[in-house]
Amino acid sequence: MEFTFSEDQQMLQEAVREFLAGECTPDVVRGLWDSETGRSPELWAQLAELGIPGLRVPEDDGGLGMDERDLVLVLEETGRAALAEPVIATAAVGVPLLTELREAGQAELAGRWLGAVASGKARLAVGHARSPFVADAHVADLLLLPDGDDLHAVEAASAGLTAQPSNDQSQRLFSVDWSPSAATRVAEGSEGAALQKAAFDRGALACAAQQLGVGQQLIDMGALYATQRQQFGVAIGSFQAVKHRLANAQVKVEYARAVVYRAAHSVATGQPERSVDVSMAKVGAGEAALFAAKEALQVHGAIGYTYEQDLHVWMKRAWSLDLAFGTGAWHRARVADAVIDGTEAVRAFGYCAPPN
Amino acid sequence: MDLTYSPENEAFRQEARDWLDSHVPAEPLASFDTPEGFEAHRQWEHTLNEGGWAMVPWPKEYGGRGANLLEWLIFEEEYYRAGAPGRVNQNGIFLLGPTIMEYGSPEQKARFLPSMASSEEVWAQGWSEPNAGSDMANIQATAIADGDDYVINGQKTWASRGAYAHWLFGMFRTDPESSRHKGLTFVLVPLDTPGITVRPIEKINGKKAFAEVFFDDARVPMENRLGEEGQGWSVAMATAGFERGLMLRSPARFQNTARKLVDLYRSAVASGAFVDSTLRDTVARCFMDAEAYALNTYQTVSRLMAGDKIGAEASLNKIFWSELDIRMHEAALSLLDARAELKPNAPAAGDVDDWLDGYIFSLAGPIYAGTNEIQRNIIAERILGLPRK
Repeated sequence: MEFTFSEDQQMLQEAVREFLAGECTPDVVRGLWDSETGRSPELWAQLAELGIPGLRVPEDDGGLGMDERDLVLVLEETGRAALAEPVIATAAVGVPLLTELREAGQAELAGRWLGAVASGKARLAVGHARSPFVADAHVADLLLLPDGDDLHAVEAASAGLTAQPSNDQSQRLFSVDWSPSAATRVAEGSEGAALQKAAFDRGALACAAQQLGVGQQLIDMGALYATQRQQFGVAIGSFQAVKHRLANAQVKVEYARAVVYRAAHSVATGQPERSVDVSMAKVGAGEAALFAAKEALQVHGAIGYTYEQDLHVWMKRAWSLDLAFGTGAWHRARVADAVIDGTEAVRAFGYCAPPN
Repeated sequence: MDLTYSPENEAFRQEARDWLDSHVPAEPLASFDTPEGFEAHRQWEHTLNEGGWAMVPWPKEYGGRGANLLEWLIFEEEYYRAGAPGRVNQNGIFLLGPTIMEYGSPEQKARFLPSMASSEEVWAQGWSEPNAGSDMANIQATAIADGDDYVINGQKTWASRGAYAHWLFGMFRTDPESSRHKGLTFVLVPLDTPGITVRPIEKINGKKAFAEVFFDDARVPMENRLGEEGQGWSVAMATAGFERGLMLRSPARFQNTARKLVDLYRSAVASGAFVDSTLRDTVARCFMDAEAYALNTYQTVSRLMAGDKIGAEASLNKIFWSELDIRMHEAALSLLDARAELKPNAPAAGDVDDWLDGYIFSLAGPIYAGTNEIQRNIIAERILGLPRK
């Protein structure tokens, strides 16, 4: 039992944090909002140099060969920096899906794309049944899309895109017009359904990890503002009414953290309870970030309500991540169904744990 | 990160489970806040001690099992799984015991630890005073040196277990000119000392859970001082850290309540009783929160075992479990519908179990051991860096 991260994992997190603090400032994020794609090829190339897109790519394909336990801290940092690049679709969901497709007989497909992703040359988009939209389809070279239980790999040229402008300008959503065919089909039936579910769970886990970073950033912004802003001759952060709002948000973020890390462990090690563990992570981190957004806004007062102030960059991330890869409400219902009706495997951690 | 148990952990779990399965009383004991329940719980502590399971985390040299924090969590999981009785001497075993090990003289260790382990002597806490609640440093009760004794005057209140306990530990002002955190001394006081009057206080369910203790020239030998004179605050703070909190409120307690709540929900639905449509969500959330508490605790324990120190984070912990405990009991009472009012001995009680008593107890959670308002201040000031003033 070691519920801690290794030194290497923490060093990677630190490296990503430092990189993003320098290269993904709020000005950069907001600057990209006004660009056509909202995405930065330069930033993506630098992320590739750090190994982020290929973190889950096997070493034989030019990646780092790591798993979700390594990725979760990296994703937390991307949330903290409100990074808009398609890290979730490409690194957290698309890559593992391609490696699983390799085991399902799609060696050629996996071999062709995994190396290209690791080197930063290719990006992926992944659709799922819980949303009619596909995030970052416009910059994806390959789209992995569901059609019933089947799964299809569709190259960018074969997909017609309709942009669906959304509230979080860091997010780019599209409706995809495409035609499933035997040529695009890469998995079918129960195998396709299982791959889709695993991909969906990985997406939800990645959102939860980003929400941890988003939530903490919102609290830290609130705490900084409350320390600087003076009223009645003192910093407003000296008032208990202000302190307790931020303390409550910190409790929520802190108690989501271990839930997210456990879900990363469950996914990485293929635990039978991983779907429910992921749902708990999505609910916990999502609600913590949404709560932190409200409290940070209230602590900021009117200035936090302005477009000029950066707070809404993270508030909008909290809102959009809560809707991505299954809404918080949907995941809560999945937990309830599992816990009460036994629809999925669920286990109380530690408590009455069966022998290994 | 590896979230699996080692074979040694599993063997420890099995050993605890086997022992508990063959020793835990079949019928629940009466509340330890009644005279007969107090004695029954002391007897249970005696049984635990005979079996070597009374002081699981105590070092072996003091008669404990020498378990690490992870093994403590496992033991507690098995303890709650087995439905074993509450720990009547937890103030002693988990709060004062480790403090004596840290600050006590060899004579004090020999005098107090064995009788604590067997619960021959049960301990009450004596922190609060009428004017020192959240503002603990405002303690006014004095212990003035006179020859080889301290002469104690003043009043303690809300002394948990005080109604039936044999001893009390707490802080007294040995320097009457001092103020706040200075001039306080940690003293161990036999409650049968002449000049001491214990007046039990009934809590809202009518049970004598705590007491007021009046000191009127009560003489206590100086050898009952724990740590140096004037260092009482430091000694007391050692009893308030994360590890001690973990001894009192380990996650299994809440996971066990969550599991019972899920069962109660299922049986309410199965029986065709009225079930408020929001309760399904509430029950699922309670299960998730109990999981979150367990996961957070395991993570913290891993960090501690790896040599990290835990500071103000303990305040997050207190808020989380105390508020979760209330939510779980509120949900259970909603599920019991009209029967939520019934005492377990009412003819129509059915499966009301001890939810009502548990609810009443849960309401004290945000108040004792430092109110949740104080904990929120600590989080805001020490974790988030907000100004004190």
